[in-house]
Amino acid sequence: MIIAIPVDDDKKSVCVAFGRTPLFLVCNTETGEQSFLPNPGAEAQGGAGMKAAQCVVDAEADVLITKRCGENAAEVMKAAEIQIFKSAYEFADDNISAFKAGKLEELTSFHGGYIGIL
Amino acid sequence: MKLAVLSGKGGTGKTFVSVNLAAASSKAAYIDCDVEEPNGHLFLKPQNVVAEDVFTMIPGFNIEKCIGCRKCAEVCQFNSVLFIKDKPRFFPQLCHSCGGCLVLCPENAIYEDKKHIGVVETGVSGNVTVVTGILDTGEASGVKVISQALQHQNDTLIVIDCPPGSGCSVMESVMDSDYCVIVAEPTAFGLHNFKMVYELVTLLGKRCGVVINKETSAYAPLEQFCKDNNINILMRIPFSEQTASLCSAGKVAVREDNGVFSMFTDLLKRIEEEAEI
Repeated sequence: MIIAIPVDDDKKSVCVAFGRTPLFLVCNTETGEQSFLPNPGAEAQGGAGMKAAQCVVDAEADVLITKRCGENAAEVMKAAEIQIFKSAYEFADDNISAFKAGKLEELTSFHGGYIGIL
Repeated sequence: MKLAVLSGKGGTGKTFVSVNLAAASSKAAYIDCDVEEPNGHLFLKPQNVVAEDVFTMIPGFNIEKCIGCRKCAEVCQFNSVLFIKDKPRFFPQLCHSCGGCLVLCPENAIYEDKKHIGVVETGVSGNVTVVTGILDTGEASGVKVISQALQHQNDTLIVIDCPPGSGCSVMESVMDSDYCVIVAEPTAFGLHNFKMVYELVTLLGKRCGVVINKETSAYAPLEQFCKDNNINILMRIPFSEQTASLCSAGKVAVREDNGVFSMFTDLLKRIEEEAEI
């Protein structure tokens, strides 16, 4: 199973944002292998969440663990059959352990867009 | 002659000035371009209203033809096309109708589809043809509805009630006008937004004048700004409980009050002189 988590530049802390996170931690639970993908949404003018969502889809993730997520990105995850769980710990590793132990809750509320539409 | 009435700050009196300008003329068209919240019709109460739908172009996808090259997703500046399991997934709420994906698809898998985004209503209120642009709730951009409303060109005098602010929809409303009437409020907030709109119309090379609305006493910084920039003050509308009551009752002030009527016929004359120079 592949888990994706938005993380800060320290590569450890879960980023408060999904679309604007600098990196995604991609973890393969079978092999224990971890890699970091730069998020193309980080510097996007608008629609950051969509760029980030495409990145997670392309990483072939099965699960996304995040603090928050926008409505559009959530729709993408649903279409790609990627489950979204709510981050409960400051560090990504603690969330992965909690997820494996079945202790994370699914994220069910999603925020609207922040795009300043001109 | 096409007059654009704008203000920057909402609630300054764009609709009051534009409705009354149109009603004070012998014959005019009033075009409400404030498509997110058009309210001129509440005063003019047009009859024999005919509605016309407004559509915008969106791409349609012929999934069988798609080879998953992602050219459509790469060109989209608003990320409205994503690829899931090598097939495109389109998010119409993000699309800005540029048509780039249609042009770039090497397999002709994308066709022109359309989406309803609003209506333009046209009716009559005495001497005024009332055109109202109405954007569908939840739509992001009213520009297409505005451009369709502005296609009404049958009258010699056209008064355009612009949206507030100084963004794309205001530019679209002002673009083809011959003269801009900026309504300003004699307050710090009013002056701040007046400056933004003044900068916009100057940038677009439009001539303009200012109408100061709801004036109790002259606001020195506004007076100074107009003086420094040689902006003509076309009219001062004193704060009046009687006028406010007429507005609250949904009445057209020039049709009820002779004093207001002569103020607006004078304003119209003044604008005609200014616009011709």
